Amino acid sequence: MIELDDVTLTYAGRTGDVMALNGTSISVNRGEFAAVVGPSGCGKSTLMKLVTGLVRPTLGTVSVAGARVNGPVKIAGMAFQNANMLPWRSVKDNILLPLEIVEPYRSQFRSRKAEFEARVEKLLDTVGLGGFGDRYPWELSGGMQQRASLCRSLIHEPELLMLDEPFAALDAFTREELWCVLRDVWQRLNFTVVLVTHDLREAVFLADTVHVMSARPGKIIETRRIGFERPRELDLCYSKEFTDIVHALRNKIAEVRQK
Amino acid sequence: MKINNEALAPWYFTIALFVVWEAICRLFNVSDFILPAPTQIGAAMVQFWKPLAYNSFVTLWTTLAGFLLAVAFGLLLGLIVGWSRAIYRGLYPVMIGFNSIPKVAVVPILIMWFGIGEIPAILTAFLISFFPIVVNVATGLATIEPEMEDVLRALGASKLDVMRKVGIPRSMPYFFGSLKVAITLAFVGAVVSETIGANAGLGHLMTQAGSNFQMPLVFAGLMALAVEGIVMYAITAWLEMRMCTWAFRSQNSAGG
Repeated sequence: MIELDDVTLTYAGRTGDVMALNGTSISVNRGEFAAVVGPSGCGKSTLMKLVTGLVRPTLGTVSVAGARVNGPVKIAGMAFQNANMLPWRSVKDNILLPLEIVEPYRSQFRSRKAEFEARVEKLLDTVGLGGFGDRYPWELSGGMQQRASLCRSLIHEPELLMLDEPFAALDAFTREELWCVLRDVWQRLNFTVVLVTHDLREAVFLADTVHVMSARPGKIIETRRIGFERPRELDLCYSKEFTDIVHALRNKIAEVRQK
Repeated sequence: MKINNEALAPWYFTIALFVVWEAICRLFNVSDFILPAPTQIGAAMVQFWKPLAYNSFVTLWTTLAGFLLAVAFGLLLGLIVGWSRAIYRGLYPVMIGFNSIPKVAVVPILIMWFGIGEIPAILTAFLISFFPIVVNVATGLATIEPEMEDVLRALGASKLDVMRKVGIPRSMPYFFGSLKVAITLAFVGAVVSETIGANAGLGHLMTQAGSNFQMPLVFAGLMALAVEGIVMYAITAWLEMRMCTWAFRSQNSAGG
């Protein structure tokens, strides 16, 4: 699904050129849940922009769904740490936003509006926000807004979901709740996910593969398959095998931060 | 209907101000040539109600004409300036320079060009009041959250899409907020221009009354100015509340 082949990205910073990524290679299969972890400032967000086609690599190639990326990929949904809901739109209208942009929905938006609204309602149910469609974002808590943001990134049924620390601003309980929401949606709809996160437990709990990035300039220094059976329950996070993996990843990151 | 004390507070304070004013004038026997007492001003208002009403109306319509020009032009220029960084960078210094010219200095030029009359007043009102509108609209557009833009651009949205769906709606509270400032400035502009050279308007009336030593009438003109200013401000403030309810409510919530 996603192939980054020896990608280097430099951009002009205030004090000369900054190398954000240096010879990064990564490969994610269709339907796979991949997590990228690493110290802060290692270029994880740059990776997101590369894959969605918002920036182009200086060297190397990025391909998504078999085609080389030359511009916005249009098959991706994105969600960030900040839910970024538009306060003048109801939750439902916020979630409908991608359909007003992306083809073929865009040209059918008026004629199929009722159908799309039903789709929103269903998606809201899936993430536990049933009946909140007519509320406004400011009436929702942070966790609820993040659920709505997840709905917005999924409404156009993207083949690829890009998540940039989507749960980082939430409290621990809400975060674990949303892990399960994401896990269930992913298992039901089976899209490809790239999750960028600081939280190693989150990465290990959710992902099939965890990629560890080095400090800037970023580079994948380790790729680890997480073999736990699915469906996974939260209790898994307290098992020894789980903790061992988290610990090993933790050491690896401590090591790259030293350098 | 039950009206609480807080809603009436502005009235208490206004009345108290006039009472204190009246008391000082009487107590210290202030000549009405220096500072007329409110009762004398009131008498002047009654006596000269016709010229006051006529000149108030002239000032009102020149202000509004200038203000509406400023809204149309300010909105357009704001959208252009907020659209691209290059235009923003290029035009901003020019606008700052233009804005820092005191508009009083421009009035004689306008009078030379268009003659004594209402057009200089309208143009002064326009020139003085469009700047805050431009700056606010441009700021609203320029401060779109980059992540929001990424979300849309990754879906293949054009710059126009981003502006239509996000930029313009989000700059509306800035726009309506700026109207409050702009209307007050437009009013100042119109009156300044009338004071310097005009055949009608409150500024003209006050200059005339001043040169005839009719101080109560000068103050009556000031009162009319204050009332008009308050009413116009209140209307734009109401409009702001009305048009951008979401901006007020989302500020009140703690969610985020």
